[in-house]
Amino acid sequence: MTPAIETSALVKQFGTTRAVDGIDLRVDRGAVYGLLGPNGAGKTTTIRVLSTLLRPDGGSARVLGLDVAREPGRIREKVSLTGQFASVDEDLTGRENLVLVSRLFGHTWKAARARADELLDAFDLAEAAARQVRTYSGGMRRRLDVAASLVVTPELLFLDEPTTGLDPRSRNQVWDIVRSIASGGTTVLLTTQYLEEADRLADRLAVIDHGRLIAEGTSRELKSSVGSNTLHVRLDDASRLAEAERILRQVLGAGVHNGSDAYTLAARIDGNGRIAEALSALATTGVGVAELTLGQPSLDDVFFALTGKATKEEARV
Amino acid sequence: MSMPATTPRQASMLATTPRPPAASAWAATTTLGWRAMLKIKHVPFQLFDVTAFPLMMTLMFTYLFGGALAGSPRAYVQYLLPGIVVQTIVFITVYTGVGLNTDISKGLFDRFRSVPIWQPAPIFGALLGDVFRYSLAATMVITLGVIMGFRPAAGVVGVVLAVALIIVFALSVSWMWIIVGMLVKSPESVMTSSFLLLFPLTMASNIFVDPRTMPGWLQAVVAVNPVTHLANASRGLMHGNVDVSSVVWVLVASAAITAVFAPLAMRMYHRER
Repeated sequence: MTPAIETSALVKQFGTTRAVDGIDLRVDRGAVYGLLGPNGAGKTTTIRVLSTLLRPDGGSARVLGLDVAREPGRIREKVSLTGQFASVDEDLTGRENLVLVSRLFGHTWKAARARADELLDAFDLAEAAARQVRTYSGGMRRRLDVAASLVVTPELLFLDEPTTGLDPRSRNQVWDIVRSIASGGTTVLLTTQYLEEADRLADRLAVIDHGRLIAEGTSRELKSSVGSNTLHVRLDDASRLAEAERILRQVLGAGVHNGSDAYTLAARIDGNGRIAEALSALATTGVGVAELTLGQPSLDDVFFALTGKATKEEARV
Repeated sequence: MSMPATTPRQASMLATTPRPPAASAWAATTTLGWRAMLKIKHVPFQLFDVTAFPLMMTLMFTYLFGGALAGSPRAYVQYLLPGIVVQTIVFITVYTGVGLNTDISKGLFDRFRSVPIWQPAPIFGALLGDVFRYSLAATMVITLGVIMGFRPAAGVVGVVLAVALIIVFALSVSWMWIIVGMLVKSPESVMTSSFLLLFPLTMASNIFVDPRTMPGWLQAVVAVNPVTHLANASRGLMHGNVDVSSVVWVLVASAAITAVFAPLAMRMYHRER
């Protein structure tokens, strides 16, 4: 069986900017595959090319065995897209939105209404069915949007930043939904800026930056490529972070970077011998350590190691 | 990744019935037209804010100037009302552009474009909704007119024919708004550009007064303004003294505008964004 997605040196240009700059990607059928990268990395453009909304400028892309440039119509019959912004009609009710999309997928009015009600139940929106979507919360909109993509079961579902801007509870709901969809056999390609999301949902990941693929593998593989262990140090006093970073660098070398918040530093450890030395150096200068963990590198650490910069911290879960 | 146990609720997320055959062009277009009608139902204000202005003009001109212009308000409303229907509907054409621009900026067009339907269906569906919107607005204005003493000599048939002609013209103007809707950044800028175009277009015409008292240069402008011909034709049809040349003029102008702007709009629409 052909892979769900196969691209080779894929390029998409806007003016002089290469939003996608030679990406080779292979996504097997049935997988949940994550495209991970910061804002503007080219994730959305990649998804828009693969879902036939944009034409590639170079290279090739085959989706479910079909060429995106030559057979966009046949691809549209097999895939579904949930875009970055909830693409639902705010003026209409939730139910009307689903009836509308069901009709566009070819259902009769009667079948469209039945499918809409089924989806409203499944996505926990039955109570809000008769309300205009403009009154919905972000999480409800997102669920409605995903529901609209599942009117007929796609072979491949594109989810562009499915949980951006959602509260933790809604985020968990969307994660459950993605897992349910995948367990039904649909391939899912999702983009995210959230490392935790990629870690939890995706079987395999591609890390994208500046339109290029900079790493690919399972989350475990990516982590082990970075090094065996990472030390996370949480300080008492955020104002001494720069000082602490300098000290850790002296002892541990270059792999020190900011952690998940203003109090935290992360450092790559190649051998455990120097940890005691690093801690005593901190103690000597009077930098108070509130918490210390030694463990597997997180995807934050992976991203730092690959790109030399931290991910946007407010974006963390 | 561990798979959660599938509950019945999660099971119905995925369709259990076989996938239906793709929607026909007709089904897709009428469904999107249905959507446009729902929007009028849910946001009636969108219809009222454009019709409010012509309704105020009708009241103001008839009662303030009607006596001076035509001897009596009642005599003047016979002249004014067909033209006001023209003005109202021509004003509303801007919503074709506003609606399209909103759909694009909200990402709704991405959804329509990623669904396997006849690709122009969203445009034609919107135009179908427009026909409904135009008819509704015309009904409102004519009802007010009848209350104020408007008595079309050609009766219901004449009025329906006039409104039909106005809608034909309005649909050709809608194509221009589709282009504007795809070009500008926000729905607000569509509205702003509309007033720059529609105000002069409807005022520099014979909707309100006979152009004979205007200065020569303005008379020349009024004479070539398609709205003048449309107002003439509508008056003729409603009052039973049809000016065939005006009707033909309007049909030719509508065909010409559509022939120029529709292909351009469709080309822009098919081009990716």
